Amino acid sequence: MARTLTFKIFRYNPTKENDEPHIDTFELEETPRLNLFTALHRIREKQAPDLMYDFVCRAGICGSCAMMINGRPTLACRTLTADLADTIELYPLPFFKLLGDLSVDTGVWFHDMAKRLESWIHTTKEFDPTAQEERMDNATANKIYESERCIECGCCVAACATAQVYPDFLGAAGLNRIGRFMFDPRDTRGEQEWFELVSTDIGVFGCIGMMACDDVCPKDLPLLEVFSYIRRKMNSGVKVAVKEMDLT
Amino acid sequence: MKVITTDVLIIGAGLAGERAAIASAQAGLDVTMLSLVPPRRSHSAAAQGGMQASLGNSVKGKGDNPTVHWLDTVKGSDWGADQEVARIFADNAPIAMREMAHFGVPWNRVEGGPRDVYIKGKKTTIVEDDEKEGLITARDFGGTAKWRTCYTADGTGHTVLYAMDNLAVQLDITIHDRMEALSLIHEDGECIGAIVRSLRDGEIMAYVSKATAIATGGYGRLYGESTNAIINEGTGSWLALQTGLVPLGNMEAVQFHPTGIVPTDILVTEGCRGDGGLLLDVDEYRFMPEYEPEKQELASRDVVSRRMKQHILKGKGVQSSYGEHLWLDLRHLGEKHLTTKLREVYDICMFFIGVNPIKELIPVRPTQHYSMGGIRVNKDGHAYGMKGLFALGEVACWDMHGFNRLGGNSLAETVVAGMVVGDEIADYAKATELKANVSLAEKFGKEQTDLIEHLLTNSGKEDVYALRDEIAELLKDHVHIFRTGEGLEKAVNGLKEILGRVKNVKVKSNPPGMNPELSQALRIEGMAKQAYIIAKGALLRTESRGAHTREDYPARDDKNWLNRTLATWKTGADEPEFSYEPVGQLDLPPGDRGYGGGQMIDMDLSLEAYNAKVDAEQKALGKHETSEPIGVKLPKEAWREESPYKDAK
Repeated sequence: MARTLTFKIFRYNPTKENDEPHIDTFELEETPRLNLFTALHRIREKQAPDLMYDFVCRAGICGSCAMMINGRPTLACRTLTADLADTIELYPLPFFKLLGDLSVDTGVWFHDMAKRLESWIHTTKEFDPTAQEERMDNATANKIYESERCIECGCCVAACATAQVYPDFLGAAGLNRIGRFMFDPRDTRGEQEWFELVSTDIGVFGCIGMMACDDVCPKDLPLLEVFSYIRRKMNSGVKVAVKEMDLT
Repeated sequence: MKVITTDVLIIGAGLAGERAAIASAQAGLDVTMLSLVPPRRSHSAAAQGGMQASLGNSVKGKGDNPTVHWLDTVKGSDWGADQEVARIFADNAPIAMREMAHFGVPWNRVEGGPRDVYIKGKKTTIVEDDEKEGLITARDFGGTAKWRTCYTADGTGHTVLYAMDNLAVQLDITIHDRMEALSLIHEDGECIGAIVRSLRDGEIMAYVSKATAIATGGYGRLYGESTNAIINEGTGSWLALQTGLVPLGNMEAVQFHPTGIVPTDILVTEGCRGDGGLLLDVDEYRFMPEYEPEKQELASRDVVSRRMKQHILKGKGVQSSYGEHLWLDLRHLGEKHLTTKLREVYDICMFFIGVNPIKELIPVRPTQHYSMGGIRVNKDGHAYGMKGLFALGEVACWDMHGFNRLGGNSLAETVVAGMVVGDEIADYAKATELKANVSLAEKFGKEQTDLIEHLLTNSGKEDVYALRDEIAELLKDHVHIFRTGEGLEKAVNGLKEILGRVKNVKVKSNPPGMNPELSQALRIEGMAKQAYIIAKGALLRTESRGAHTREDYPARDDKNWLNRTLATWKTGADEPEFSYEPVGQLDLPPGDRGYGGGQMIDMDLSLEAYNAKVDAEQKALGKHETSEPIGVKLPKEAWREESPYKDAK
């Protein structure tokens, strides 16, 4: 027997005068292998034409559709209703600016994060179109790729206790990004520069180690490993800083 | 109406758009990018398998060079490509890969020494050259003579897009995301910007620019069942078509990828077969070698998809509640390979269909994947019929893919076109004065606000989502892998009827803000008209070439159809106008592709006679002058130095 699912969905349109946050309830017949991408489209197209949410690739690749599903941040597109109880509660991710209903502005936050961290290869070398590429060993390339796999869905930040208290906290996604460039031999930033970037309350020392980020990351990024790498680097960064202080 | 001015306006911030934006920013111009979604969510991110470039570092790519890449591309296109554009592409692809390495892409690298690989179903040991250790490596893809596809595991689009966007952030390029361009502002055949709707609050604005470029990707979502992201609804090509002046090229050339998974239609990369994956039928029998003894699973996509469909029609498909499918077998590649180099594929199978590819077969069938057709541009990327308008990437018909694109050539095209066309855009903008014609912008803006008013207040009863689904059904039923005159007539008539109903679409809800139903309703006329052009173009083309397969006209007809379809839709007209132009200067004469079988009707003109008419005919159809003569980038007859032509001399 097919189940009838009950969706309790957070609704709020900030552009609508006098709108108040509230919960709307929808019912939907479950079909085989139904996921939340299809379910939400069915609800929008038949029941609630003004329902706001974000999907793009619907394949777990682009990071658009993270939301709180029964209290847990994860990707809606790859969540099957078969894995959920009859009643499904959907809320937008906390922390990010709400655009409406289940849609939040992760794009602008991640863009600003990239700017703050200078999330690009720092090098003085100019590209020479006539030259062979610089060599890199494949193990290094794979290590960079491990952290580069972050899809900026925002689940880690939504699950992070520190981020809810310090809105400037870089979050696991930000720290992971720093790790990605630390691993990269093409980036010339030295220990002192890394130290100044992350050895603050909004950086690696803001993390209180509850590691909810690691539990919820849909890409299974090696966050524990990356954080401990950064901390080790920061320790040597401290040594460099102390040394320079001694010299002055 | 708010009017925003910028030197260069780029509509679409995927790989092609961002690379072009970077070219203009580096030239000191003020650039603004618009995107439906944050740039890193663009469909470029979903490309898995890799990018073709003839670096020749892997031992299986030894002897590769741009000429061999060009040969594969022209054959892959079934001679529908502009051979000069294919040459520009093949020559620049290695530079683009190295540039992306410089920007930060962690390309997989050559590891010297022996390793085990699967080639044509057999486990084989190859020995990578120690001297190439650490250079960018490549994997095998379909329709290629060499291993040429550069990759980062199966997340290539993602890493390249992230590296590109990092650079865009570094250069402080303005990005306005959640913005949809609704129409171009133009007068006397010159584009000066676009009318744009904010998907955050619904505001209508004008962006006025010296040069405007469209880089919004393909129109795959017209088919409903597609591997494409849901934003690929042909919004960019509609901008051009709407002008009534700019033609769309080869819209009937639609690619079906052999391995969309069943259900959900999500892609698993061609890299699966490149790395040794096999296609099996209901009896778990490997059928491709029977049809394609030479290339087997790695013939071009049009051929493999056709063979799969043919095999299903023979009764060898696997029955399921989602229709018939075949199997993709990756089990022999082993856990390590599947959880590293094909990790995305592994995740997709596990999460979406509950299949563990280490132990189980993956249900697959050919699924709409790529739009070879699009806004017709000259070799500089300048749109026919409209000064100051450029198009690049999947939305453009540049046209290096002709009637079938090779795997790994589209992601590479985005970056190469971004470099090459990006420089042309910058040059054009530098030589152009900003025409801040506010009354013209107001006029085009009013057309859109009037349309919105109509959609919200008319007394019609058409539901936009139902209409969208009807369009998809007609394309799926009649304009798919195998096409017939009878079926195409049905599609054309059905779409004609739908076109008549578009004006009766009524948007039922009118909340302030993003209003998703209104967004869909604003796209529906463009979707219906483009679907019509696809079906009508397919009906008119009475031959089989690349992905366009007519059961009633099985031969590739180089006598009558060695040309490119152009479709223009004049403002207010009931029907589009179709015309045809020569494909471009021919260097490699039409011949056998070496796979796919099929019949051919030979051209009756000499190459010289054909080439003599190219320029004049194309100019008559709206091609702009370029800074250099047509054909100049073709090193004529260089291909004669490559095998298999060497021995045939």
